[in-house]
Amino acid sequence: MDLNLNINGEQVSRAVEPRQLLVHYIRDTPGLTGTHWGCDTSNCGACVVLIDGKPVKSCTMLAAMAEGHEIRTVESLERDGELDPIQQGFHEMHALHCGFCTPGMLMTTRALLDERAGGPPLSDDEIRMAISGAICRCTGYKNIVAAVRWAAEHQQQEV
Amino acid sequence: MQTPAPFEYERATSVQGAIASLSRLGPEARVIAGGYSLLPMMKLRLANPQHLIDINDLDELAYIREETDRVSIGALTRHVELLESDLLGLHFPVFRDAELVIADPVVRNRGTIGGSLCQGDAAEDLSAVCLALHGEAVLRGPERERIVRLDEFHIGPYMTAVKDGELLTEIRLPLKHGGGSAHEKVERRAGDFAIAAASAAVWVDGGKIVDAGVALSAVGPTTVHVTRAEEHLRGASPSEELFEQAGAIAAEDCSPIPDGRGPVDYKRHLAGVLTKRALKRASARALKQEA
Repeated sequence: MDLNLNINGEQVSRAVEPRQLLVHYIRDTPGLTGTHWGCDTSNCGACVVLIDGKPVKSCTMLAAMAEGHEIRTVESLERDGELDPIQQGFHEMHALHCGFCTPGMLMTTRALLDERAGGPPLSDDEIRMAISGAICRCTGYKNIVAAVRWAAEHQQQEV
Repeated sequence: MQTPAPFEYERATSVQGAIASLSRLGPEARVIAGGYSLLPMMKLRLANPQHLIDINDLDELAYIREETDRVSIGALTRHVELLESDLLGLHFPVFRDAELVIADPVVRNRGTIGGSLCQGDAAEDLSAVCLALHGEAVLRGPERERIVRLDEFHIGPYMTAVKDGELLTEIRLPLKHGGGSAHEKVERRAGDFAIAAASAAVWVDGGKIVDAGVALSAVGPTTVHVTRAEEHLRGASPSEELFEQAGAIAAEDCSPIPDGRGPVDYKRHLAGVLTKRALKRASARALKQEA
């Protein structure tokens, strides 16, 4: 079947089998390998992308199901050489070691920050709940939580 | 790499169209909504449908609304919407209890109540929730619509009363005076399926339990409806001893199997304790005494 997907604001077309999973379409067709392909069972969260602004595990969604929706991957965060506050937060707070979970963590927490924009500050519990579907085997999560808090604080200053 | 076997994909644009496709394609067709249950089964080749009908565009199936004597939930309503619904929070707080421990927030953005029920996995939570609330499922076929009580909906492991050519469109939960409900679950880690879980509902009038619902997840071949505990509760006054007795019945009447999540005696123990706790909390909510 012919698929025409909107990935990071660009239309990407290719004929695929209906069984193609979204994570593979994203990695193979436009070659956006920032989205990681991890456990394949919707447990690890490395493949999280945003569909219409909401985080979704792209290993458990058919590419065909994403047609007509806006897909955002980790590559969309940096703009004109400037890191997104969430990326800067991960850098400042040393929130990654091996980096495998990072793209999924960034997209999951980007969505959390967007959802909370203008609202009360996020508690550590809320941050931990939001990333409870994402597994990191290096950091013990402490620095990831600190990075999200950093991003939330620095984002508010910008507004 | 896990990839499903080949299939034909079709995106439904109307409920009628989805039902027409389902009845034309027969047993080889499956409906896909969130996909978080079906796609993993297809990757493992435990499910091999030849045709998938994607119903994600059918917004008319996504709603939670109060009607005269019931709350109706559209089959495409997603976990996150069930979790955040004030209407359900008011009438059936059991949903919020359960939704906080179903998978994780990212999965909850996609997974639907209809998919949860139709998957027919005994370890899934919402089937127990809807069963404890004495709900009904609306199944629409090409010619007519029929209503199936939740206690007749799950007919075996991964098997439901939904026939070829039928689509689950709505879940109906009766609204009765003096109700309270709660869900209790023990899992190995965040987002996992239950080792055991219990859903309970009570309806209290004049200090007596006039009706009760008790259902268990993960401790039988399908969702367990503990009718003997319900009978024991009806007509009695809420008390610690009563709930203890109902828990003991639940532990007796379930049929868990030993697996990586635990041995049989542990699961029975959990079924009893969780039933008691769920009843206690449901009753406190019914009596507006929740701490």
